[in-house]
Amino acid sequence: MARVVVDVMLKPEILDPQGQAVANALPRLGVTDVSSVRIGRRIEIEFAGEPDLERAREIADKLLANPVIEDFDIKVLDDATAEVA
Amino acid sequence: MRIGVVTFPGSLDDGDAARAVRIAGGKAIRLWHGDPSLHNVDAVVLPGGFSYGDYLRCGAIARFAPAMESIVDAARGGMPVLGICNGFQILCEAHLLPGALTRNQHLHFRNRDQYLRIESADTAWTNTFSAGQEILIPVKNGEGCYVADERTLDALVAEGRVIARYIRGNPNGSQRDIAAITNEAGNVVGIMPHPEHAVEELTGPSLDGLGFFTSVLRALAGASAGGQQHAGGQ
Repeated sequence: MARVVVDVMLKPEILDPQGQAVANALPRLGVTDVSSVRIGRRIEIEFAGEPDLERAREIADKLLANPVIEDFDIKVLDDATAEVA
Repeated sequence: MRIGVVTFPGSLDDGDAARAVRIAGGKAIRLWHGDPSLHNVDAVVLPGGFSYGDYLRCGAIARFAPAMESIVDAARGGMPVLGICNGFQILCEAHLLPGALTRNQHLHFRNRDQYLRIESADTAWTNTFSAGQEILIPVKNGEGCYVADERTLDALVAEGRVIARYIRGNPNGSQRDIAAITNEAGNVVGIMPHPEHAVEELTGPSLDGLGFFTSVLRALAGASAGGQQHAGGQ
């Protein structure tokens, strides 16, 4: 069964204080060459039948992402890819 | 006047909101999120809390509750709606108000008494205040940072739709110190701090919150007397 993956990210112009907090913690791991961290959300949708990208787009636009502050990206993940991942 | 207070799973301040309505002199009608009927209420309060556990985004799932679909229709028809804290988040998610509320810039939950300046008395929920009046009510939020694009912010300011600002310290990083906004008609108001917690000497830092609830009663009385199409503006 194929899954549709929706990646939701804050728009570049929206401040991401969570990402900043993570970036600020990295030097404590000895990591000093990271200039920016941004945190988003990955959502996996399984359809009962064939994956429906248009339907997924509608779900993402109406519920999964808030277009005021977030962008989203949709792709189909087939089983082979899923197992490797 | 019948003022509905909606309870979502995870609502926290619905009891206090209903109490504030009663203290102001209204009749509080408890509404259930799963019931599309508004039970002939004249106005609605969406209370604070963590509807649906704040899953996905604050207010994102509450927006699709059967009660909300009726409230969105009624609000577009002019019914006064006040969203407090999580209620404000729900109003933004439902596109009744522009912009969005995001994680506090400093990432801390902020819980304190907060001074606000009322910027506009021309709404159904602020008509008993005067513009420029300073009030003190509690603020308590983790995701209260108001954001919108610059064009939207400019329009809100130009149209007098920023109705309260944080003063003496911005608790969450909200753009332009915005604490409360209204829609174009003035019947829908979203406010991040909690007027319903400032209606009695015993429990609040002041009685300043009461004005929001007496305002809507006055707006409704004026609307029924004058037969106005909507209860916003005064």
